[in-house]
Amino acid sequence: MAEGPSLRGQVAIVGVGDTQVGKVPELSATGLCIDAAQRALDDAGLTKNDIDGLVTCNSMAEPHMYHAEAMAEHLQIFPSYCVSAGAGGGTTFAVLYQAALAIMHGVCDRVLISMADSLRTGLSREQAMVMQSSSGHPQFETPYGATVPGYYALIANAYMHKYGVTAEQMAAVAVTARAHAALHPGAQMRTPLTVEDVLASRMIADPLRLLDCSLVSDGGAAVVLARAEAAGDHPHQPVYLLGAGEGHGHEHISQAGDLTSSHARQAGERAYAMAGINPQDIDFVELYDCFTPVVLIELEDLGFCGRGEAGAFVAEGHTRLGGSLPMNTHGGLLSHSHPGNPGAMFALTEAVRQLRGEAGERQVANAETALIHAQGGILSSHCTAILGRDR
Amino acid sequence: MSVDAKPLPPINPSTQPFWDACAQGRLLLQRCGDCGHLQFYPRLLCAACGSRTLEWAEVSGRGRVKTFTIIRRAVSAAFEPDAPYVVALVELEEGPTLMSNIVGCDPADVAIGQPVRVTFEMRAQGIAVPQFEPAA
Repeated sequence: MAEGPSLRGQVAIVGVGDTQVGKVPELSATGLCIDAAQRALDDAGLTKNDIDGLVTCNSMAEPHMYHAEAMAEHLQIFPSYCVSAGAGGGTTFAVLYQAALAIMHGVCDRVLISMADSLRTGLSREQAMVMQSSSGHPQFETPYGATVPGYYALIANAYMHKYGVTAEQMAAVAVTARAHAALHPGAQMRTPLTVEDVLASRMIADPLRLLDCSLVSDGGAAVVLARAEAAGDHPHQPVYLLGAGEGHGHEHISQAGDLTSSHARQAGERAYAMAGINPQDIDFVELYDCFTPVVLIELEDLGFCGRGEAGAFVAEGHTRLGGSLPMNTHGGLLSHSHPGNPGAMFALTEAVRQLRGEAGERQVANAETALIHAQGGILSSHCTAILGRDR
Repeated sequence: MSVDAKPLPPINPSTQPFWDACAQGRLLLQRCGDCGHLQFYPRLLCAACGSRTLEWAEVSGRGRVKTFTIIRRAVSAAFEPDAPYVVALVELEEGPTLMSNIVGCDPADVAIGQPVRVTFEMRAQGIAVPQFEPAA
């Protein structure tokens, strides 16, 4: 790969904002996107007219042909960089470093990234299922009637079969997420869970049970990015982008080269190389937990566990607050919220709050460096980012 | 999107011969005329060497279940009468993998590694969708 000027430490996140999540019928998907934007601007001590870059992702409930342009019009801002990104869940962090590049190269000075959707109240249950499962190949997958949990269940079954990972170990991922969500006043699901509760929940697509699956939510979140040299002009401790990398292995799960590992590995290696650090240097992680086994494969791909070992690692409590690698400290997609493509934005805003030391009861002690990872499709497109308090 | 009938594949010029053969009860893969690579799904060029010299090769229709799931909650009303139904990845004897349903048995009897053989489900407009059933 060609060597260019490093992005490390060039930009900072200077504002974050989360909307209410869960059922938010009083705001449409557009309303949520604008609400998130306004909260992030307030947090950054800025107004909309300070923004010259805008990034969004399209909404399923209230789609626009040209989404970011529609949001710019709604806000009445006139940016020099304006793009709506679309690579599923992986989009959120890919645009983070693409926006950073735009700042670094002088295309713009301050980028607002705002993403929201209204999957819970903006779509019927059947609309949401059919729309989400349309990620399948239209000729060679969709005719077989798989759901999104079904596509991920193909991975889960192969992973359990290959490594002997148990349903109890997968359930520990959901239990850990819920324990963390219980400490987050804004999370959608806060009632603590046990492994027995997860195992007693109904089977959706074997081996995935209801509580192995992430939520369906309304909600959105936004961040403001600025040049590192100007990061001190804002009210809060800046959080710097230290590394980022993508990895793309396939789009459709029937074309995956391997069912028990993913191109999260390549994404992670690229991000670690840019940041100049190793997995041992990471204080906490926010991973993409659309389904419980996905977290386990990511922990392995990103170098935190050996192959087949992540189930035991989570079940032993290492990813709980106070453990060696706290994970999904806001509750993740499993318990905080999952509004579809914007879902990982909450992992980003949570990482920033942790690194600022603003996470209250769920604060990770001495949090200086975080790894966040998102993926889209069916374990298809990946992006890892590494954030830190220091440049 | 209509959810009243099972979805039909939106056939294109690269895939028309594949679906025509399915309607006759035959399973075709593409074989590269330059490097011999066999591939699924059908596409414009060889995924191994980039050649556009592709031929159609009829395959045995035999394979094994690489992984599977039992869909308890149907994706749409059209699939509800089938639920619970099996979605699987089947690795053909000739190498390539495809997604399909495993039919003709109790879903509880499907297992990773199980030998299966192709069968076809007739849908609207004369389109036949390849599925698999236990080979034993």
